[in-house]
Amino acid sequence: MSKIKVARKSTLIDMTAMSDVTVLLLTFFMLTSTFVQKEPVQVTTPGSVSEIKIPESNILQILIDPTGKVFLSLDKQPDMIETLTSVGRDLGVDFTSEELQKFKILKTFGVPIKSMKAYLAMSTENQDGVLKDLGIPTDSTDNQFKVWIRNARIANPDLRIAIKADQNTPYKVIKSVMTSLQDLRENRYNLITSLKVESVK
Amino acid sequence: MSEIQTNDTGGGKKKGGSKQKKISVHVDFTPMVDMNMLLITFFMLCTSLSKPQTMEINMPSNDKSVTEEDQNKVKASQAITVVLSGKDSIYYYTGQPNYEDFNSLKPSSYKPDGIRALLLKRNDVAVSKINELKQKKLQLKITQEQFTEEAAKIKNGKNTPVVIIKATDNATYKNLIDALDEMQICNIGKYVIDTISAGDKFLIRNLQTKGELSRNIAK
Repeated sequence: MSKIKVARKSTLIDMTAMSDVTVLLLTFFMLTSTFVQKEPVQVTTPGSVSEIKIPESNILQILIDPTGKVFLSLDKQPDMIETLTSVGRDLGVDFTSEELQKFKILKTFGVPIKSMKAYLAMSTENQDGVLKDLGIPTDSTDNQFKVWIRNARIANPDLRIAIKADQNTPYKVIKSVMTSLQDLRENRYNLITSLKVESVK
Repeated sequence: MSEIQTNDTGGGKKKGGSKQKKISVHVDFTPMVDMNMLLITFFMLCTSLSKPQTMEINMPSNDKSVTEEDQNKVKASQAITVVLSGKDSIYYYTGQPNYEDFNSLKPSSYKPDGIRALLLKRNDVAVSKINELKQKKLQLKITQEQFTEEAAKIKNGKNTPVVIIKATDNATYKNLIDALDEMQICNIGKYVIDTISAGDKFLIRNLQTKGELSRNIAK
């Protein structure tokens, strides 16, 4: 019986090519993507054929969830501080510099001004849990939303207002936000939508 | 590829030989690949590729200083009022509302053969002009700036319809965006979002009850 000799082959695979590919992919993702912003409520924007992209900076985003809670986000930290100080002044709440520093790093905010101090004192995890049940009051008797927008506009005159609302939000809520904006003479704003392809015929 | 062949001349320590000793430096790239894969996964999960689209709208100012004379009245023959109501329903009437005839308010739909067909028909002059312009742009006869300028001129030209969008409280935000979208698709330059009046609500109820309300009033 002759023995079958199995030739010993090295199982070493050259990973260089693989590494090249992954680096390429990584570069692609790093260059093309933008970070997802943490938002307190999940919002599905309606689709539209509009192809205008949202500008990069100076955005004041108004986030409206299906139940009508309103949240705001500003993209520049100096504006955040200035806005909170002036809103606090208008509504009679003083904030310490420590609280301002804490407020500065928030991605989205939307707390009635009375509970703002308590909110800022919380830890980040607790803040996330509580935020989705709060929201800025927009009713006509206590329209803090207007105060926020007005002061944000003073803090940064180049601000562009963008409304991001869930597609199932009742028009009633949108209307109250839009009338508040109209009262402040903010007549130009953007509505954030997602892309939908549709042809004329 | 990852091997580097070093030609070691053997120095002087060994036998003073002329034999060249080959040392192959093999670099294992597997950990590198592992790390890259991890990074890619991170980027895929934590970032979004598409930037959100936006729709720019100009709302009319409700400034009280604008007098009645300054406001331009819409010609009744050019006006189309679109009423958005709950449960994705959409109605429209042209010109002045007729409160006596419940059929003056017509139901429509968000489908291509609904409100869009109507608006395209009403706006056919502008639509065909815009299409011509688009052709020209595709053939690179005009630049993007010229295109936007011309398109704006056509959209705001004479005899183009004016659309008034009114939404009831139980319409959704999606309905509003869909309606605004139709304006984009149908190349309508003049449209406005207005608050719904009691008269419009009456029209809807009148249509739903097949003219019962107007008959009651007539009695």
